[in-house]
Amino acid sequence: MLDRSNYNLSLIRELAITGFKLKFKGSFFGYLWSLMRPLFLFIILYLVFTFVFKLGKAIPNYPVYLLIGVTLWGFFVEATAVVMSSIVASGDLIRKIYFPRIVIPVAMGLTSFITLLLNMVVVFGFVLFSRIPIGPSILLLPLYLVEFYVFTLGIALFLSAVYVRFRDIGPIWEIVSQALFYGTPILYSLALVNHVWLVRLMMINPLAQMIQGIRLSFLGTGVVTSASVLGYFAFIPVALVIVTFLIGYTVFQSMAKKFAEEV
Amino acid sequence: MGNNQQKCATAPAIRVANLSKTFRIPHEKNSTLKGAALSIFKKKQFTKFKATQDISFDVAKGEFLGIIGRNGSGKSTLLKMLAGIYVPDKGKIEIDGRVSPFLELGVGFNPELTARENIYLGGALLGLTHKDVEEKFDGILKFAELEEFVDMRFKNFSSGMQVRLAFSLSIFAHAEILLMDEVLAVGDSNFQSKCLQEFNRYKREHRTVVLVSHDIGTVQRYCDRVMLLEKGEMLQVGDPKSVCDTYVKLNMDEWQKRMDDFTESLELADTVEPIKVGRVEFIKKGESTSAFLTGDDLVLRVYITVNDKAIKKFNCGASLFSDEDIYIYGTNSVLDQVDTTSYLKKGYFEISFKNIPLKNNNYYFKIGISSEDDSKIYDFLDMSEVFRVNSNSQTQGIIEMEHSWN
Repeated sequence: MLDRSNYNLSLIRELAITGFKLKFKGSFFGYLWSLMRPLFLFIILYLVFTFVFKLGKAIPNYPVYLLIGVTLWGFFVEATAVVMSSIVASGDLIRKIYFPRIVIPVAMGLTSFITLLLNMVVVFGFVLFSRIPIGPSILLLPLYLVEFYVFTLGIALFLSAVYVRFRDIGPIWEIVSQALFYGTPILYSLALVNHVWLVRLMMINPLAQMIQGIRLSFLGTGVVTSASVLGYFAFIPVALVIVTFLIGYTVFQSMAKKFAEEV
Repeated sequence: MGNNQQKCATAPAIRVANLSKTFRIPHEKNSTLKGAALSIFKKKQFTKFKATQDISFDVAKGEFLGIIGRNGSGKSTLLKMLAGIYVPDKGKIEIDGRVSPFLELGVGFNPELTARENIYLGGALLGLTHKDVEEKFDGILKFAELEEFVDMRFKNFSSGMQVRLAFSLSIFAHAEILLMDEVLAVGDSNFQSKCLQEFNRYKREHRTVVLVSHDIGTVQRYCDRVMLLEKGEMLQVGDPKSVCDTYVKLNMDEWQKRMDDFTESLELADTVEPIKVGRVEFIKKGESTSAFLTGDDLVLRVYITVNDKAIKKFNCGASLFSDEDIYIYGTNSVLDQVDTTSYLKKGYFEISFKNIPLKNNNYYFKIGISSEDDSKIYDFLDMSEVFRVNSNSQTQGIIEMEHSWN
C-alpha cells in the first residue's frame, strides 16, 4: 500500500514544516526575528571591527563578508542546539508511536535550514545593494549549502543521540563550538594570518572550507579557499564532512533502538 | 475455539515466538558524564525487571485478540514490541501486513496547530503521505463532525472534539493490523459507544486487532480470544469467558489480601462510650470478604462493645457510600422497626442486603449508634473499611437496574 521511503519523506516534510510554523507561532514579528538576530550581530561586529579594530579596511567587501560568516555560523549553532535536544523533546511521541527515529533530527535540522535559505535571500539582497557583481561562481552556492547541512546534521545526530543518556554533552558542545567560532575565519580573514602552515591547518576545518566557499560564490574574488591553500589536498575537508556524517549517522542509528526506553 | 485454532493454522497475521524483554533499572541514574565517569570504577547496580518472559502466540488474520492483565503485568510492553517501539531482548516477531504504529489516540497532535495542520501531521505519523491525506481530508473531518472547526487551533477544542478528530484520523489511516492500548479509557460515553461501533465494523471487515484493556466487559464482547498476562508471563490464552473469569479471581484474591492488611492496621481501642462500634465485616456466603460481584448477597456485620449494662434498647444504622462519597442508601433499626435487644448479648448486629445492585466501584459504610429516641449519639464510625464490587456488565451509571426491552 505504501512505499516506506515515501512515507518517511512525507513525515520529514510535515515535521519540518510544523517545526517552522511553531517556531514563530504567537510572535508578532514571526520570521523577522530570525533575520534580526544575525542582522544585529552583524551591525555590532561591523561597528566594532570597522571603527575600533580597523579590520574592515584590510578585507574587501567586509560587510558582506562578515554577514555571510555570521549567518552561516548562526545556522550552525542554532541547528546543532535544536537538534541536540530534539529526541528528548519528542519523548512522548517516541514512547507511543513507531517511526524511524532519524526522521526527527533530519526534520528539525531542515527547519533551521529553511531559515538559513531565507537568510541567504537577505544576503543576496545585500550583495546586490553593495553593487558586487554576481558571477558564475554563485552556481556553486547550492552545493556548499547542501554540504553545510550534511555536516551540521552529522554533528547534530551524534549530539542528539548522546544527549539522551548524558545531558552534559550540552555545555560541552557549547565550549567546543566557542572554540570553533574563533578557529574559523568568521570575523577575520585568513589573509591576516601570516603562517602558511597555520592557514593550511585552519582550512582543513570543513566549516572554514564551506564558509570561505560560500563567500567566494557571492563575491567572486578575494577569498582564501581550501582549493587555493591546500591544492590537491582540498578534498580533505570534504572527506571530513562525509566521515563526520557517517559517524553521526552510525552512532544515532545504533542508539536509536533504545530511545523509547531511555528518553 | 476450534474455529479459532483452525484460523491460526492457516495464515497468522502476527507470529510471536519466545519473546522476552527485561528492563534494567539503574539504582542511580547516570545522566551526567561525571556520574558515568565515576561509575566506571564502581560496579553498576541494576534491578532487573522482567517485563515479559518467553511469550509465544499467533494471531490469525481477522482475529480480534484481547490482552488483559493487571498493572505491571507486561501487556503494554508486549504491545510496544509488536508496534516496533521497543526492541525485544530475545525472541522473534513476524508480522504480515501493515501495522498501525500508534497505541494511543491523538499521539503527535500539537495543541498550537489548527485541526487542518494536525490532520496532515498526525496523518504523516500514522503512515499516510501528503497526497493520501489530501484525498481523505474531507472524510476525516466529516466523520469527526468538525467541518466548521477546520481552522481552529487544537488547544481550543473540547476534549470530546479532540478525541473525535484523533479517532477519525486513525480509522482513515486504514492499517491492516490495529494495535490499541486502552482506547476506551478516554472520551465520554457517547464517544465510547462510537468506538464500540467501530470495533464491530473491524470485526465485520475481518481486520486483525490486538486490544490491551482493563475492561473485561469490552474484552469479552469483542475478542475472539483473550490472553492473560501476570508478572510478564502468559498465564492463560483462549476463550474470553474462561480467561476473564481467571482474571476476576486473580483480582479478588489480591483485593482480599490488601483489605486484610488494612483491617489489621485499624484495630480500634476501647473508650467509655455506652456502646461502641467495633470491627465491621462484609460477609459473602458465610465468609468474610471485601470483593463482591454485582448481584451478590452482602451481609454487613458490625461488632459492638457494650460498656453500659443498663442500656436495653438502642438505635443502630448504616449508610452506604461510594468512594466518591455519594450517599447511596441508608437505614436504621428504628426506621425498620427492629428490636435491638438481642444484639446487646450477641455483641454484633447484621444487615443482609440481597442481590446488591452496585456496579464497578469501591464502597464503604458509615455506622451510627444512638439512643432509641436519637437524643444521644453513642458512637459514630465515619468510614468503615472499603469493599469492592466488580461487574461484568457494560451498562452505565452507578447502580445496576433490572430491566427488560420490549
